[in-house]
Amino acid sequence: MVPARSRLLRDYRTAAGAFDEVQDSAGQVRPHYRTLMAELEDLGAEELQRRWETGRRFIHEQGVTYNVYGDPMGMERPWELDPVPMVIAPDEWKQLEAALIQRATLINAVLADCYGDQKLIHQGGLPPALVLSQLDFLRPCHGIKPANGVFLDCYAVDLARSPDGKWWAISDRTQIPTGAGYTLANRLVTSRVLPEVFRDCNVQRLAGFYGHMRDSLARLANRRTDDPRIVVLTPGPHNETYFEQSYLARYLGYSLVEGQDLTVRDGRVFLKTLSGLEPVDVILRRVDDDFCDPLELRNHSMLGVPGLVEALRSGSVAVANSLGSGLLQSPAFMAFLPGLCKQLLGEELKLSSVATWWCGQKSAEQHVLANLHKLFVKPALRSQAKGMPPGGAAAMSESELAELKKRIQFQPHLYVAQERVELSTAPTWIDGKLMPRPVAMRVYLVAGENGYHVMPGGLARIAPLDGARMISMQKGGSSKDVWVLNDGPVPDVTLLPRSADAIQLRRTGNNLPSRVADNLYWLGRYAERAECTARLLRSSLIRLNSESASSAIALLEPFLQTLEAQDQLPVGRAEAMLTANTEALEAELLTIILDDQRAGSLSSIAENLQRLGMLVRDRTSNDFWRALSKLSDTIQQSANSSEFLIGDAIVLLNQMLLDLAALHGLAYENMTRAQGWRFLDIGRRIERTIYMSSFLTRALSSSIADTPSALEAVLEMADSAITYRSRYNLMPHIAAVYDLVMLDETNPRSLLFQFRQLTKHLERLPADSSALPSPSHRTLIEAVTKLRLTDPMVLSTGGSGVAETLEHLEKAMPRLSDELAVNYFAHSAISRAGSADVGE
Amino acid sequence: MWENKVMTFRITHRTTYRYSEPVTVSQHASRMAPRCTPHQQARDFKLQIKPVPSLQSTRRDYFGNSVCVFSVQGLHKELDVTATSTVETKAQPKLDLAKSPTFGVVRGMFLDPVSPDLCEAYQFVFDSPQVRCHPDYAAYAQASFAADKPMLEGVRDLTHRIHEDFKFDPTATTVATPLDEVWAKRHGVCQDFAHMAIACLRSIGLPASYVSGYLRTVPPPGKPRLVGADQSHAWFSVYCPTVGWVDFDPTNDCLVGEDHPVVAIGRDYSDVSPLVGILTGGGEHQVIVGVDVEPI
Repeated sequence: MVPARSRLLRDYRTAAGAFDEVQDSAGQVRPHYRTLMAELEDLGAEELQRRWETGRRFIHEQGVTYNVYGDPMGMERPWELDPVPMVIAPDEWKQLEAALIQRATLINAVLADCYGDQKLIHQGGLPPALVLSQLDFLRPCHGIKPANGVFLDCYAVDLARSPDGKWWAISDRTQIPTGAGYTLANRLVTSRVLPEVFRDCNVQRLAGFYGHMRDSLARLANRRTDDPRIVVLTPGPHNETYFEQSYLARYLGYSLVEGQDLTVRDGRVFLKTLSGLEPVDVILRRVDDDFCDPLELRNHSMLGVPGLVEALRSGSVAVANSLGSGLLQSPAFMAFLPGLCKQLLGEELKLSSVATWWCGQKSAEQHVLANLHKLFVKPALRSQAKGMPPGGAAAMSESELAELKKRIQFQPHLYVAQERVELSTAPTWIDGKLMPRPVAMRVYLVAGENGYHVMPGGLARIAPLDGARMISMQKGGSSKDVWVLNDGPVPDVTLLPRSADAIQLRRTGNNLPSRVADNLYWLGRYAERAECTARLLRSSLIRLNSESASSAIALLEPFLQTLEAQDQLPVGRAEAMLTANTEALEAELLTIILDDQRAGSLSSIAENLQRLGMLVRDRTSNDFWRALSKLSDTIQQSANSSEFLIGDAIVLLNQMLLDLAALHGLAYENMTRAQGWRFLDIGRRIERTIYMSSFLTRALSSSIADTPSALEAVLEMADSAITYRSRYNLMPHIAAVYDLVMLDETNPRSLLFQFRQLTKHLERLPADSSALPSPSHRTLIEAVTKLRLTDPMVLSTGGSGVAETLEHLEKAMPRLSDELAVNYFAHSAISRAGSADVGE
Repeated sequence: MWENKVMTFRITHRTTYRYSEPVTVSQHASRMAPRCTPHQQARDFKLQIKPVPSLQSTRRDYFGNSVCVFSVQGLHKELDVTATSTVETKAQPKLDLAKSPTFGVVRGMFLDPVSPDLCEAYQFVFDSPQVRCHPDYAAYAQASFAADKPMLEGVRDLTHRIHEDFKFDPTATTVATPLDEVWAKRHGVCQDFAHMAIACLRSIGLPASYVSGYLRTVPPPGKPRLVGADQSHAWFSVYCPTVGWVDFDPTNDCLVGEDHPVVAIGRDYSDVSPLVGILTGGGEHQVIVGVDVEPI
């Protein structure tokens, strides 16, 4: 049984006057929290702490992040999740659900009127100024009829609970309801960290909601097809919620695309893929309203798709939410919802909004000016208007208030005033204890065939400080999973997408967007660059560390020269290093590992890998991402340690090579042999050829090229020492060594092996039907022929030809790379052309 | 014909873009077809586009302007858009500005609550993308508007003051110059003059719209008319209850008459720019515009 006062709540002191989610005013645990609290009690503080740490690690490994603008600590911040969920009782939820559906239905009706007949502003119901003055009222979208008549496909609303226990709407999200992806991530973490608690609490599952979302989007498609192409349009990796965009895209089985991946031809939207243009049926957008079409929506940003609005007019494509739906996000509308609800739905509004006055109405303006100290003033529309600072009137001087009054009087319609919201508190795990923290809850709806579906759960957000009233993930708040309890046991529903849909989508092999192919190609190249660099550095450090350090200097020459040739050392530095003392040489080598400010250092390569990994997150497995994170973590740990000596460096490089092997292994074993994998592998083969030919050229031109120790170094670099020994069982011989690393097709490190793979890949890439080989193909054929005609035996007789071949290969590879880029990755930038200036 | 002060113009407006690199696909929106107004009949209109667009459609925008959206999809390094139209214009009937309602009365009509009948005009009271109200503009405008002064007399006076106080300087601004810079430096072109007047009127609560069009140029006596030397022109229109929309040209300090064929009306330039385009590829580009307003 639940003890009247649990140990976990021993020091839990709720503030007088506020509603606490877990405790009633008598200090008793509320009935719907009892199972959760009892189970947490059983776990105990220590275990809960341990579970929480597991959860954090899981979040880190999954790469759940939230981008914070202008954060000097780096842009991505790990997502913050509190281990104690917020619990909602079944009865309460049912009421809330009905109220939410009504509100979504109402907002959709208001949007339909504003972008249609406009009866509300012409015949009463809405003050005309409220609509007509808004920059978010997109005139070019007026008259466009969205698919199925739905303007508001997805909707979210922030709720707060007042001291009397009643829920209030504090803001409506009508344009891009963010957070549904984080909600999903939160659920995966909490249900994993607290599996037994989750099971025993009869928590309603979220999977059904995402199923509704998928059905709803599929129904928007105009084309009659079972397999509509749906894309998620992202503003790009710098957007604050990029993580959830790629997460949702992957979960729902859609392609994540940027504006430049799409193009409008013949009034239709197409996705640029490797094999040409593919029609797009539905766009789930994460790009703001007026950024969506630089042609018609007057925005100089180039995030959108020129011609999209015209394509929408023709009905050939659907966008969710409809363009212009941001209009209803203005808090000013809250003042009119009760009246609109009666007028449009013939019902009383069930979910009250926080008390709101829109100063565009004379009476409201007078009320606001007379009560400025009690209210919170904010901009009513997206404008340059400045409201109150977060602290409200109390944080303003008399002159600032007078200034604000003047601004309101000058353009009253730009301002809205709201009552301050007193948030309820919920138990939050802080420093091993439960503490009450202000909480607000965002809930989600999606339009179904017969009305809206509500997600049975949501995203609870916690203010970082007690007594805070503003909650923003931008300002460092944390989040909670929301558990809506069921009356009885909950059937097991998997969160995985239904397999039938997903398999169909993934079978089409030729649908890779060009930009994704580009990113995968570079991911392959950087991964191999990391490996080659690590090998070069390890071989150098080992030789430097050996007993015969002085005689090893000559052996280092080709290693350092290769680093220089690949711009990882400044020009001329290799030679300077070779003549410097050992300490200086050692120090320089160590900076190539850890100095992230240095172009070409291992840590900067790892950073690039992480960035590229983020860009293809929706195309790669979780394990792949984990392996990438592991690599960064490995370097980061060394960077954070106070001492870093040669020995540490060798240990680090060994570990990195293992991490990279894991990455390659995952790509090799777990990726289907579709074009994504092909580009990853092409990148890797090209990079390996560059490093190998670069190194071999320099090793061969060394004055001690045919000495056993120099040949040992070659075998080591090519990871072929064991093979060599098993084959020849004698001291390295120059012709045999170069044969093994250049021409042996069975050796996966040999140059010819790389070319064989590249040829296979290129033959399988989509190509123009013309009979002539493409430029890239021609470059490759030329290189292979040159290599095949090389006879390594001339090396033992001092003949030339081998060096020449190697030089040719080293120069051909960048050309091949450029040609591939032109053939497959070209996405030209768009620009704007206006009229000439108006004169006279 | 002359007695009724009716003028007929043949207007040719040609825009040529030259690109340094080929354009693979381009999307354009043009607003070049003259509107019909109480003072103007648009007789015929033709839009010739080279290369021929693969898609072209014409509709009315929110403000009733004719907008043509087209897309050129073949590789091209040059785009030529020629709009030719014939319009008949007549002078505004002799307006007695002194008989218009007073500023105080009109101002009151556009304060909350505003009659839904005034909706169409009302939307031109608010800030628009390129014109934002400011107390400084209000203070400047106020000198022309005593509460009991007939509103249109006030507008005429404001038009005159802007013409006097701002210097016409075609080198000073571009279409992207913000209004506060025009205000601070007191110079600009017709577009800036129109925006300035609109900002002043809106800042004191009057609805004002931006008008794009042309101006017939009269050659000096004895000189032939130069073909293609004309330009696009812009001015503003103000709404006066009982009278309707009345156009003023602050660049030339006059009421707008039969020499001002109208093309499009919007909240500011961004609603009516004659030709905009988004290009994929293209590199650097060069624009050549030739306008000819020929009385026939």
